[in-house]
Amino acid sequence: MIDWRKYLIVFLITVALFLSASYVSNYFGNKKIDQLKSIQDQIAINILSSETQFSLLQESSCKNISGSVLSGELDELGRKLQWEQENSNSSEKVSYLKKYYSLLEIKDYLLMKKISTGCKIKSAFILYFYTTMENCSECEKESLVLSSLREKYPDLRVYSFDYSIDLSAVKTLLQIYKIKDTELPALVLDDEVLTGFHGIDELEAMVQKSFKLQELKPTISQK
Amino acid sequence: MASITTAIFYVFIFLSVYVQVFFFVTFLENRKKIVTRKGTIKLGYYPAVTIVVPCFNEEKTVEQTVFSLLNLNYPKDKLKIFLINDGSTDKTWEIINKFTDNPSVKVFHKENGGKYTALNLALENTETEFFGGLDADSYADPESLIRIMSYFQKDPSIMAVAPSVTVYDPKNMIQNAQKAEYHMGVYLKKMLDFLGAINVTPGPLTIFRKKVFDDLGYYRHGHNTEDMEIAYRMQKNRYKIEHCNDAYIYTSAPMTVKKLYKQRLRWIYGFINNTLDYRDVLFKKKYGNFALFTLPVGVASILSVIYLFSRIIYNFGNYLYSKFVILNTLGWHFITKISNFDLFFINVQSFSFLVILIYFLVIFAMILGRKMTEGKWGLSFGMVYFFPVFSIIAPFWLLSAVYNTILNRRPTWR
Repeated sequence: MIDWRKYLIVFLITVALFLSASYVSNYFGNKKIDQLKSIQDQIAINILSSETQFSLLQESSCKNISGSVLSGELDELGRKLQWEQENSNSSEKVSYLKKYYSLLEIKDYLLMKKISTGCKIKSAFILYFYTTMENCSECEKESLVLSSLREKYPDLRVYSFDYSIDLSAVKTLLQIYKIKDTELPALVLDDEVLTGFHGIDELEAMVQKSFKLQELKPTISQK
Repeated sequence: MASITTAIFYVFIFLSVYVQVFFFVTFLENRKKIVTRKGTIKLGYYPAVTIVVPCFNEEKTVEQTVFSLLNLNYPKDKLKIFLINDGSTDKTWEIINKFTDNPSVKVFHKENGGKYTALNLALENTETEFFGGLDADSYADPESLIRIMSYFQKDPSIMAVAPSVTVYDPKNMIQNAQKAEYHMGVYLKKMLDFLGAINVTPGPLTIFRKKVFDDLGYYRHGHNTEDMEIAYRMQKNRYKIEHCNDAYIYTSAPMTVKKLYKQRLRWIYGFINNTLDYRDVLFKKKYGNFALFTLPVGVASILSVIYLFSRIIYNFGNYLYSKFVILNTLGWHFITKISNFDLFFINVQSFSFLVILIYFLVIFAMILGRKMTEGKWGLSFGMVYFFPVFSIIAPFWLLSAVYNTILNRRPTWR
């Protein structure tokens, strides 16, 4: 009287639907990873090109180089990587991309530092270390403060690094500034290390004072 | 912890997809058997039927209900109409007394005792082979009874036939949402019919062989859902219940959220408690798909709604907390950046696609149900209203039905 075959067939159909859903999910997931990869490649090319340009022309090229500000793209990439890490299953691929991203940040940091001293461009740099290994509510707050500051001061460059990332270049940075995992979040402003949470007003004052950065009016702030 | 909740989430999604596919496969198997008749039909013979209208404070609707019965396309001498005033405190008694001149109509008055007592009084006085009720807020289509009776003639083993209930003259969003839901109900009921697993013989014009009550006893309180209890009892005794999809009954659906909430709370409470009363039936294969499909699906859907609802509340709480943190960290003067819409931020995990699939199957069920009742293909506004109205309110009546059950049953657990 009970049609067991039907119960089984429906089960198999449901399993097939699940497999199809996971196939489609994988397909789009991979598309996203590809998109991230191509953004990264583009950034890498841009950095390399700026670097080469700078080496070729030295000081005389300052005018051209200051126009090639890349941090916007780097920011977007960072946001997407973070979202992908929180909302997808492909964490391995994402963490690989994150390493690449950290490396690009360091390269951009070194290049921009060179450019800013060479061309006497007013700019400020913050290296920011956080952790994702444990629940770090202060890190989340610090990230908010930094994104807010970065929007206000387009010439402020913030480079964020995951403390627990397995990348020797980042580990070297950690060694240089003697940053410990117990003191996260940690910030580096012009070789000065700040640990723990720092509020927006405090950081803003530091950015303005120490780096003599003027608050740009909205009309000229968009480059 | 996160992986456990994700696993539970996927289990519920799996069950939802399974159930929807099960109905869909049932539909594909039986689609040729769904007959929607138009116009009048003739029967070989016309057995006598008693239809009872239990009334408790129904002054606004009862008159039209009785007119709809008098208007049925069925030989007048074969139709007995019992109007039972169950201790109404309004003008119901006056109104039903207007019909005493009609030879088919008999009126009764009794102390208020609940709907099942009114039905039982009618059963005591029933001398016909067939018996049915019609709620005093519902109206029968003229062809409904004759179509139902044709089922009994085609198969003598059928013990009860339920009609297709739909919403009478929906006016607002709440009623239109219910109309879409009732359409889906018609489709699901027909599928349960094919599975031999109907679990409600609704108050509006389900017709029984009187034998059912002689064999199994009269109506019981059934946690205020006597029309569910009798169906459970019939299923337990393997009495066949069918659904006549082209017998239409129009019922006055609750107009406000509050009334809808109260009605559904009663239904869900009835479902939970009747299922608990008949728990020995669950998963026993001798009781067929009723025990293996209908009841487990009902229980699983209550659990999944509660789970999803807590998940949504949790996520919403998280969202509020994150906004609070932003406010707390940056103060009121923080800059809100209007980020451009980016396809990248669409979630492409498997569940997104499965949820979309479930929505499609639900909409498909509503469209088929609409086709079966109104004869029209296509989407209606009610279907658009259905999702917001039911997904917002349903968790509350479910939770409160569960809560009431735990509260009421507590003494028996000691």
